[in-house]
Amino acid sequence: MPLNTEPYTGWGRVLTGTGGRLRPEKTAGLKHIDLGPAVGALRSYGDAALNEKPSVDMTRLDRMLAFDAETGVLEAEAGVPLTTLLDTFGPRGWMPAVVPGTGYATLGGAIAADVHGKNHHAAGSFGQHVLSVRLIGADGVAREVSETAEPDVFRATLGGMGLTGIIESARIQMMACPSMLVDVHERRMPNLAAYMEAFEDSTATFSVGWIDATGTGAKLGRGILEEAEFATRETPFWKPRKPPKPVPFNAPGFALAAPVVRTFNQLYYSRISTTGRKPTKPIAAFFHPLDGLIGWNKLYGKRGFHQFQCVLPTESAALTLDAMLREIGQSGLAAPLAVLKKMGPGRAGPLSFPMAGYTLAVDFTNRPGAAPLVNRLIAQTVDAGGRIYLAKDSLAEAQQMAAMYPELEGFRATLRALDPAGLFETDLARRLNIRGMQ
Amino acid sequence: MNETWIILGASSAMARAFARDMATQGDALLLCGRDTADLERDAADMALRGAAPARVFAFDTRDPESFMPILEAGRASKGVLNVAVFAGSMPEQADIDADPSLVAGVVTDNFTAAAAFLMAIAPEMEARGAGVVVGIGSVAGDRGRLGNYVYGAAKAGFHTFLSGFRNRMGRSGVQVLTVKPGFVDTSMTWGLEGMFLVASPSDVAADIRRAIKKRRNVIYTPWFWIGIMTIIRTIPERIFKKLQI
Repeated sequence: MPLNTEPYTGWGRVLTGTGGRLRPEKTAGLKHIDLGPAVGALRSYGDAALNEKPSVDMTRLDRMLAFDAETGVLEAEAGVPLTTLLDTFGPRGWMPAVVPGTGYATLGGAIAADVHGKNHHAAGSFGQHVLSVRLIGADGVAREVSETAEPDVFRATLGGMGLTGIIESARIQMMACPSMLVDVHERRMPNLAAYMEAFEDSTATFSVGWIDATGTGAKLGRGILEEAEFATRETPFWKPRKPPKPVPFNAPGFALAAPVVRTFNQLYYSRISTTGRKPTKPIAAFFHPLDGLIGWNKLYGKRGFHQFQCVLPTESAALTLDAMLREIGQSGLAAPLAVLKKMGPGRAGPLSFPMAGYTLAVDFTNRPGAAPLVNRLIAQTVDAGGRIYLAKDSLAEAQQMAAMYPELEGFRATLRALDPAGLFETDLARRLNIRGMQ
Repeated sequence: MNETWIILGASSAMARAFARDMATQGDALLLCGRDTADLERDAADMALRGAAPARVFAFDTRDPESFMPILEAGRASKGVLNVAVFAGSMPEQADIDADPSLVAGVVTDNFTAAAAFLMAIAPEMEARGAGVVVGIGSVAGDRGRLGNYVYGAAKAGFHTFLSGFRNRMGRSGVQVLTVKPGFVDTSMTWGLEGMFLVASPSDVAADIRRAIKKRRNVIYTPWFWIGIMTIIRTIPERIFKKLQI
């Protein structure tokens, strides 16, 4: 099987994978390759999918294999994009129980990063809805792991960033999808305190907030809270989305200069009237607002960008968020894309990101000052007892890893038994010494 | 309303993308190829997308016996019967240069097997007076080049066959569509040097779907290859023979 030696990047486009990719198009192809870590749609931002040795691109093993319309249990190959599941089964009343911010992420990637969605506070993380995984181990043999068969390996695979082996296929429990539309309620949040209070009071099935990361002073932490419920009335005439449009070229550097972003954010904030508004949207547009713009990462220009995403424990979240937003606001480095959300405790594996508290995600164009700022924010996260999302990170350091992920030692022990030679090691694992071999 | 599609070479990335589109429309699919175990996974996938139903047949271009059950199933189908030929092979030209006995196989895989199959199913389609034949050719068939002239010659043969076949089948109301893809992101091109403007299989499938709807005869996909190939075809032979393109 030919190796595509073309360098490739994650979604943030700052770091580069140099080991090339093999791409089997049939299941049998997996039996005749030199094993390496699996990669999917390359929607993780940093180096989670990057490797200095060959990786295995799973995007062509993307078939749905079985579905039970009574129970909503689906079996599919790892490469299937979540948007395919939404489009195929939504109109029949089922959807993945957890959908992340992009529908282009693959099933395998969603399991490996134990992704969360806008219903995390109630539904938990993606891995909590996985019934079993067909995992190819270091011996090249595929086997089924679940809560009953090798539960340690199963749990380590959920959120295990691909380090336990290649996820060939999985069985997941989908949830009822009563409508292809959601009724959204968008409200202005004038400052951080009001914002967090609204999250605490929210009873909505889905909730997420845009936050103006350029806000300072009285406007610090202002934003727009979006809450949503499935539309209860009959879906009038649901039809598939319009085909997405590509971003044709890398945006120039000044496109995201500080005054531009401040102006944009002011307009974006003001577009919601003081009394709020209640649009009805197709679920795909609500879950994946940016998927209509293929390659939106090019808007950050060819130097790429960092996304900082942390989760902070509830008790100290207000204090830490206030300090972080001050620092970000003063830096003038933030991009418009910034998200605040309250998370529940749901997590599936030892390296899963979620914890009960608040998650903040902010994009920073990769320009001078951005990396040091993100490093300071990571340090603040560690001090606050929070953690960084491995699927987004490209800057954290190895000693911070153990502080943020208390179950790391147990994960290392599982890996030592599963993959002593490090066949499935990635650039991320090397940078953060996740395998604990350095 | 629902139609039947015989898909030859159904494991190829382009065939898979096209068959998925047809499955979503609710058409019946006969998925034909060598790796039947893998095709069963595709059949399950197509059924979940809406195919009614998707069945798998062993098909080997080098084994005419394998055509029979497919032809029978095609004849037994109800309503409009269509055929799409995606089967093909592209060994390295250097390998063929070293072992000329490979030529016959390349010609079989890319041309004569498909021609024999289509001629065998033609009377059935003529009798039904409707249907579509999609033949996947290649821009490589437009002019013989140093890099892959045996493959190109086989595809050129297939183009010429489809042209005559169109002349015949058009009289019975059957559309014959010749598709000439440029570089497509498939296992044939994965990792090859010098690829540019690579199209995704689903883009090609969408172009085929549009061309069927518009009852086109020959298309290039993506469309701009018609410009590239027009230039390549007009280069005088005395210059062309010295080029390395």
